[in-house]
Amino acid sequence: MKEKKKSSYLSGKEIRAIAKQNKKVMMALEAKKHRRAKEEEFVCEMKNADNILEIDDLHTYFFTDQGVVKAVNGVSFDIPKNKTVGIVGESGCGKSVTSMSVMRLLQGPTGQIYSGSIRFAAEDKTYDIAEMPISEIYRIRGKEIAMIFQEPMTSLNPIFTIGDQLDEVTYIHRPEATAEEAQARSIEMLKLVGIAAPERVYNSYPHELSGGMRQRVMISMALVCNPRLIIADEPTTALDVTIQAQILDLLRDLKDKINGSIMLITHDLGVIAEMADYVVVMYAGKVIEKGTVQEIFKNPLHPYTIGLQKSKPTMQSDSDVLFNIPGNVPNPVNMPTHCFFKERCDRCCDKCGGDYPDMIQVSPTHFVSCHLYDKEEEVNG
Amino acid sequence: MSEKEIKIQNAPEKEEPLDKNVRLMSPGRMVVRRFFRSKLSVLGLVLIVFLFAFCWLGPVFYTQWDQTEVDYNGRVEYVQTLITYVDENGVEHSYYQLEETREDTNTLAKPSWEHPLGTDKTGKDVLARLMYGGRISLTISFLTVFVIAAIGVVFGGIAGYFGGLIDNIIMRVCDVLMCLPGIPIMLVVGTVLDAWSKTPDFPIPIEPQHRIYYLMAFLSLISWPGTARLVRGQILSLREQEYMVAAEAMGYSTVRKIFKHLVPNVMPQLIVSMTLSLGSMILYEASLTYLGLGAPEQFAAWGTMINAANDSNILQNYFNIWGPPGLCIIMAVLGFNFVGDGLRDALDPKMRR
Amino acid sequence: MIKYIIKRLALSVLILFCVSVIMFVLIQLMPMDYVTQQIAAIETKGEAVSEETVQALMSEYGYGTDGTLGGMFRGYFTWLRATLRLDFGTSFKFQQPVADVIAKNMWVSFAVAAIATVFEFMIAIPLGITAATHQYSFRDYFVTVLVMIGISLPSFFFGQILKNMLAMQLGWFPSSGLGSATMDYTGIWLILDYVSYLVIPVLTVVVLSIGGRMRMTRTNMLEVLGSDYIRTARAKGLSETKVIYKHAFRNTLIPLVTSLAGLLPSLFSGAIITEQVFGLPGIGNMAYQATLVADIPFIMGYNLFLAVLSIVGVLLADIMYAVVDPRVKLG
Repeated sequence: MKEKKKSSYLSGKEIRAIAKQNKKVMMALEAKKHRRAKEEEFVCEMKNADNILEIDDLHTYFFTDQGVVKAVNGVSFDIPKNKTVGIVGESGCGKSVTSMSVMRLLQGPTGQIYSGSIRFAAEDKTYDIAEMPISEIYRIRGKEIAMIFQEPMTSLNPIFTIGDQLDEVTYIHRPEATAEEAQARSIEMLKLVGIAAPERVYNSYPHELSGGMRQRVMISMALVCNPRLIIADEPTTALDVTIQAQILDLLRDLKDKINGSIMLITHDLGVIAEMADYVVVMYAGKVIEKGTVQEIFKNPLHPYTIGLQKSKPTMQSDSDVLFNIPGNVPNPVNMPTHCFFKERCDRCCDKCGGDYPDMIQVSPTHFVSCHLYDKEEEVNG
Repeated sequence: MSEKEIKIQNAPEKEEPLDKNVRLMSPGRMVVRRFFRSKLSVLGLVLIVFLFAFCWLGPVFYTQWDQTEVDYNGRVEYVQTLITYVDENGVEHSYYQLEETREDTNTLAKPSWEHPLGTDKTGKDVLARLMYGGRISLTISFLTVFVIAAIGVVFGGIAGYFGGLIDNIIMRVCDVLMCLPGIPIMLVVGTVLDAWSKTPDFPIPIEPQHRIYYLMAFLSLISWPGTARLVRGQILSLREQEYMVAAEAMGYSTVRKIFKHLVPNVMPQLIVSMTLSLGSMILYEASLTYLGLGAPEQFAAWGTMINAANDSNILQNYFNIWGPPGLCIIMAVLGFNFVGDGLRDALDPKMRR
Repeated sequence: MIKYIIKRLALSVLILFCVSVIMFVLIQLMPMDYVTQQIAAIETKGEAVSEETVQALMSEYGYGTDGTLGGMFRGYFTWLRATLRLDFGTSFKFQQPVADVIAKNMWVSFAVAAIATVFEFMIAIPLGITAATHQYSFRDYFVTVLVMIGISLPSFFFGQILKNMLAMQLGWFPSSGLGSATMDYTGIWLILDYVSYLVIPVLTVVVLSIGGRMRMTRTNMLEVLGSDYIRTARAKGLSETKVIYKHAFRNTLIPLVTSLAGLLPSLFSGAIITEQVFGLPGIGNMAYQATLVADIPFIMGYNLFLAVLSIVGVLLADIMYAVVDPRVKLG
């Protein structure tokens, strides 16, 4: 293969070989997902008791016939209690897949958590979500971690009323609840997210509501069981700008009210600056820089982070042309071994052709993965 | 568990070299790949190619019998019976009586070298008839499907593109045609054709062996609404798409819009539906011939050959007469269905794997 | 809603009118001599049709007039007037009013079709759901291939095979007809006797029709399972079984229920080929025999009956759609 000409299509034989390989791995991972496991196998300890979620070297792969797509390729970050962590990156960088891995919502059998751990501090125990069999996941989903999705228009089941869908959450996690209790709770939640006529919304079908209203309903649904962590996957992308601001305000208020943490996924740096305490910047399935919001915005280190900030339009800038980062994300099947950003980087050096850069700690909270900041380089430049 | 873990850790690293230097495929190539990736669609293709070879190349090599040729090498049958009688002395005698029956024609022969699938009630070779019958079935279903598609695309295209009153009229015509009962009306048309062919000096001479063509022509005249609706629906939904608005804004001509944007978008669905209806047309044609609406018996057709099984002697004892045409029909229909299904999956951009 | 239905009914009347014109013209294309010959053939068999009836019918259908376009018009409106009075004439072949023949024989067809439909839905829906939830697994391929073979079977061929195997070789069930004339069963035995005649026809119809229904279920289910609201349901913490049988299944059911409503009227229309293969005295078999001998009143009556059924089916399906899917408003 290597002797052949530089670029070629996969032959049918190769596709079959890949498919066969994939199948073996997928079957093993599926079996692991559906195994029966004793609690000891997936209960663990947090490294830092202040954190609610610790993601440690997470690898999430998609096994396609074109090869293995390493959508999340060794991601590590923590979410401290009562804080908002923003995850930012361009589309396809693996931020949504990270959140789906935490919720274990990956579409099997192609999408699989391949290795790594996701430690989550639930009320009484700490679970490693990556090791949990899928049958145990109800302990966490919806109850401890709730998720708000990007598309409010299609995320509600069209044939059930809002009330049915809200009550359902109560029934799942508190089987002893009566119908009145469930309804009271649902209406309370609808009020909490600022819906003016909760009783009317309670009895309506999703198609009778506007996009902003549906997103509010989604948020209220996430809140029903007082989750300790809310994952908001681009919650405002599909909405109007004015509604966006309302929803963000709502999320910020709620965090304080429910005393939980938020993992906010977005490609909008403005949203991050407004909402987050910590920022994680992802590129092509890897974390390239993470730190507090001040550190990332005041002192961005990675060329990609700098580029991202430059490409955001501001009133102050006097240039007519928006900055853009040249080039594209590398082919996900065919990842190089060197720094993934090398081809697009304007500050590339000789060392960049070598191994993938390690995470370098710049301050107690600020980390960056770039050869420019390797110890000896730092002295020089 | 530990054993599994080892497997997981090892497997994907090995395939790393395969991923090197690979270009992402163009959509067209992807479709072909995905089509051939599915074993069922390949099987379907093989079945169809085999049947075509069998029906068109078969008679080139298998020349000893023709579809209408009767085997006159009369069959001789000997029946042996034991006859006992008592003579006047009271002694019992017995002897064998050998009866020889000669028939002019070699009818209902069991499979042999001479006739690999035997002969039918009138002494015609089943294998030869199977080949010639297949020609008719396959030709007719292709013709009908193409005619239906052509009419459907024209009317559906007009309705979808111009809309308004024209659309309304065409759709009402579709409603009426879809309301016509299928087989019963074909029976009526069959009777009408039958009446015409039996009427001497009727203005249009109708040869009995061509009746099935007229029937299928009529069938295409009344069954285009399905295709028309498909095309119209596609065009209507495409007209709402942003890129059509963009094409409008760029000032493209109507012809260019139709051929550059509408046709390529309608084609995949149309091809899939045509392939699938090839299968159902074969079934339809066979049903009509089975009901006696096809060519007269001396001309072979798969449906007519199965019709022989209405005779309970043939049904029970001569599977070699009515079984093979049935299997051929199943193979053809299954083949087209597999291919159509494979095409649909391959053409569906949502089905990426 | 009511306004919509009225509008649709008006449209249906128009469609029926067009259908009847097409049918009438088709029948007019039959040469006069041929029809009289056919009637004569029936007469020689001893089932005499009185001369007046034939003449009356002939003139009613525009025959025996001058054969011009005007005569045809007059014939059509005479027929239309009689039909609007619900008088469909007397069948040449069966020597009975057409309406009676249809009313009497459609129940046999209905029995076969109704039993078959119940089995079809009961088998096809679970199959479709397992195939969809185990997409690309061995189970999916197995079920898909099996039902594909079912779809590809010609009904008359498969019917003959079953008849040969189950009736002729094994002798488990009677091979054709309906009801044993020589035995006088009563009560439950009478019913069982009838049922034994229906087993093979029903089996044939079920095997042939499962495929379409199963594939419809599978496609719908796959579409629903890939949708965002199913992801939401999972994210809520619902178990996979609940996700499938409460959320996904309810959505999958919409097109199935709709199609069932549309199917309801067509249960009466009779299956010509199946009934012919098994010699069942159903409406389809009657129509086949009548059409062969150019029994004009029966042909007109039967085809109009079918057209009405299919129009009612479409209308029912639309109404049902609005009933089960809260998003759909008729109008």
